[in-house]
Amino acid sequence: MTAILEVKYLEVTFRVGPMMRRQDLLGVAGVSFDVNPGETFALVGESGSGKTTLARAVNGLQPISAGSVTFQGQRVDTLSVREMKPLRRDMAMMFQDPVGSLSPRMKVGDLVTEAFRIHRVEADLQSETERLLSLVGLTMDFAERFPHQLSGGQARRVGVARAIALNPKLVIADEPTAGLDVSVQGEVLNLLGELRERLGLAMLIITHNLHVVHHVADRMAVMYLGRFVETGPTEEVFSAPAHPYTAALLSANPEPDPDKAQDRITLPSEVPSLLARPEGCEFHTRCPWAKDKCRKVVPDATAINGRRVACHYPLDEGARPPPKKEPS
Amino acid sequence: MTVLAIENLNVVFATEGGDLHALRDVSFKVPEQRIVGIVGESGCGKSTLINAILGLLAENGRIASGSISFEGEDLAHLDDKAIQDLRGPRLSTVFQDPMGALNPVISVGRQMRNIQYRSDLARAEKDARSIDMLRQVRIPDAAQALKRYPHEFSGGMKQRIAIAMALMMEPALLIADEPTTALDATLEVTTIELLKDLQAEIGCSVLFISHHLGVIAELCDDVVVMYAGEVVERGSTRQVFGNPSHPYTARLLDCDPARQSERTRQLPTIPGELPDLRRRPEGCIFAARCDRRMDVCAAIPPDIEVVPGHVARCFLAESQ
Amino acid sequence: MYAAASDPKRARLAAVQRLLREPLGVFGVTLVVLMLFGAIFADWLSIYEPNKISPRDRFQGPSWDHLLGTDQLGRDLFSRVLHGGRIALSVALFSTLASLVIGIVLGLIAGYGPRWLDNLMLLFFDSIKSFPTVMLALALVTLFGPSLTAVVIVVVLVNVPGYARIIRTQTLALKESEFVTAALSMGASTPRILRVHVMPNVVGPLLILASMDIPVVIAIEAGMSFLGLGVRPPTPSWGAILNDGFTAIRDTPWIVLAGGLPIIITTLGFTFLGETLRDVFDPRLKGRG
Repeated sequence: MTAILEVKYLEVTFRVGPMMRRQDLLGVAGVSFDVNPGETFALVGESGSGKTTLARAVNGLQPISAGSVTFQGQRVDTLSVREMKPLRRDMAMMFQDPVGSLSPRMKVGDLVTEAFRIHRVEADLQSETERLLSLVGLTMDFAERFPHQLSGGQARRVGVARAIALNPKLVIADEPTAGLDVSVQGEVLNLLGELRERLGLAMLIITHNLHVVHHVADRMAVMYLGRFVETGPTEEVFSAPAHPYTAALLSANPEPDPDKAQDRITLPSEVPSLLARPEGCEFHTRCPWAKDKCRKVVPDATAINGRRVACHYPLDEGARPPPKKEPS
Repeated sequence: MTVLAIENLNVVFATEGGDLHALRDVSFKVPEQRIVGIVGESGCGKSTLINAILGLLAENGRIASGSISFEGEDLAHLDDKAIQDLRGPRLSTVFQDPMGALNPVISVGRQMRNIQYRSDLARAEKDARSIDMLRQVRIPDAAQALKRYPHEFSGGMKQRIAIAMALMMEPALLIADEPTTALDATLEVTTIELLKDLQAEIGCSVLFISHHLGVIAELCDDVVVMYAGEVVERGSTRQVFGNPSHPYTARLLDCDPARQSERTRQLPTIPGELPDLRRRPEGCIFAARCDRRMDVCAAIPPDIEVVPGHVARCFLAESQ
Repeated sequence: MYAAASDPKRARLAAVQRLLREPLGVFGVTLVVLMLFGAIFADWLSIYEPNKISPRDRFQGPSWDHLLGTDQLGRDLFSRVLHGGRIALSVALFSTLASLVIGIVLGLIAGYGPRWLDNLMLLFFDSIKSFPTVMLALALVTLFGPSLTAVVIVVVLVNVPGYARIIRTQTLALKESEFVTAALSMGASTPRILRVHVMPNVVGPLLILASMDIPVVIAIEAGMSFLGLGVRPPTPSWGAILNDGFTAIRDTPWIVLAGGLPIIITTLGFTFLGETLRDVFDPRLKGRG
């Protein structure tokens, strides 16, 4: 099976600082992955990990400084805006803010059919509106509403309808559950899963919420400071995280059960600045298991049980809890 | 002793579409040295409740009936000036955005000294207290940190400084409104642990508002579950989470993805919408979305005490 | 919190209702409607030909025959004021409209275009703004001769930099908004983004500001005509009438009043209307401008 999306050694650099002291900041530092047709791939990371930048780079909204993005066998990072346009029919993107990503003075009916107008696709827009709204579980009454008259969950459904309007092959979803209540998050995830099966979509989901990933993604990558620290099938990453950061992320999601013993991995210090990346393993400043080697030598991504892990001392199953150490 | 007792509080907003009954018969207590969590989804009235307590209701809002008694004084009938005098020394707040508490153009040290304006300590002593407080919230190099400005700290550190400032005067009650929501998961848990430690040390009470069930479970002794402006269930966290007696609480707990340890394609949800609070339903507020609705639900259910201290506003709740 | 979130049509209706509840707004609307009525039906309402010279009737005081009296050439001032209102209002409306269109287009380009173009345009706006209005008017009149065109050009040049800056600032903010990025990711062209996604969200506040600028425009037209830089005699204009009366102010003060009062009434009317509109539609702008 050939991948629908192939990303190789992708780097994104930002120039920051005042004129005379310009600095280059590496937002995404050389990541490679691919997404197969019909597959859901998740990028997980906390703020500043570069996950959104990576998604925007894949979508051609962010110029890249090295590497390549190949979509349906065609290299896209070198294309001009005009050359990229036809490809955008097949690659749709959903943005974080459910309401904010909808143009405030357009009605829902016009919003869901905007792709038809942009790509000049001949269609009966009225019946398309009906089809799309019913696909995402909204009635035709909504066609006349404005974004501010929608709840977060409804606005998210409109966003989904917009994305799938022209039957894309790949949907990039940036934080699809951000800003939604837990009782609504499930609805949106169920909807995405359903559409994925019905329409054979491939999905790239970007999120900070590991629980979301667990239920929807086939494979996942954990990002830290613009790099992948662990990549692999979701089930396996969840059952036995190999990278200490993945393990910390997993344990940082408190469960709603006061009696549950929480053997938590607490990360003592803050995320380092991208302008002052730590030497050696970039996670060593926060890693409870860090040893001398980690402070000096950059770990390569190595294959472990069908996963790729960038760590000198990957965790075995049962390696938890971590060595107790008082945070300085 | 009870620090904060809210009884039958009703808040009404005058809107162009008619009166909006934002809070209906809200009652709960915050006992001394306890952490009480308020949990609910958007539109449940959490922010209205806090604003009512702090005397910050919008112009078109008013307390229609009920009382908010804080250390024996009824805040509902106190004028703004008197509430202002309480805020800070006795009643302090931490919000989601720490920059609401921090002035961007004044150094952290000076801001922390300003908070202590009522104290007779000398300047050096005040600074020493500030440093001590910053150490307690684990700000590295606390003495140096006094000279720095808010923007020089990361989001997590800013929130911890805001917490330090809120607890500096050792208030009787800290109201924390979603203080960890904007933080990453790894920072969220450290902030919660910190809050717990500080609360134990200072011995204050905390009213902690969050939509995150896991955080509430971890931090709070008691929990108040709100839906559409009503308290549908309250009690000790262990009781409420272990034996949810209102269908809404039960469904909300089911929805939390952290509860599904098994991978599933079909996640549980609560279908339906919040009721329009301008036309509040006659009976149970949750009836329209409840899958265990009965005929009697057309009337307002009584508050049934499941075990002492654990109350649910539902006909199905049973006293044990 | 809990504001009535209804559809824009209903919101607009509610705003109009609120406008009519404000006494100042009602007063403004009344004055403006009165002036518009007079200007539109000037031909009907005036008994005399506004430019008809009648040496026998020179310098007559107000009477039933001549409601506002006559001027030094015996022309009926009431007729001249009505026709002058037509000129004042059409110049004001036309030049404001022209300033709006040009300002919006330039603002969108500056805000959405590349950085260097933005800087260049800002420099251009600032250089125009730094000219005093009178100097600008004099310079243009030496180029084109005194005419209504000169008046319109002066007004457009005076207004455009401000309008364009307002649009530019808002466009800059919207450029980074998620819904614009979303449109980009769908493949929308720049003209489409500007037309469909940016413009409808930036023009509202500008329209209110422009309505408040109308009195300024009326004053510019009157001022230029007073100085002989605007409409050419014998075309009636409030500024020209003022000038006519100015020379004989001691003996026949009604001529100055006939030219001055409509200017005062119209500017007041538009100012009240504009200010109430601003308060009703956008309470955040209250107390500014």
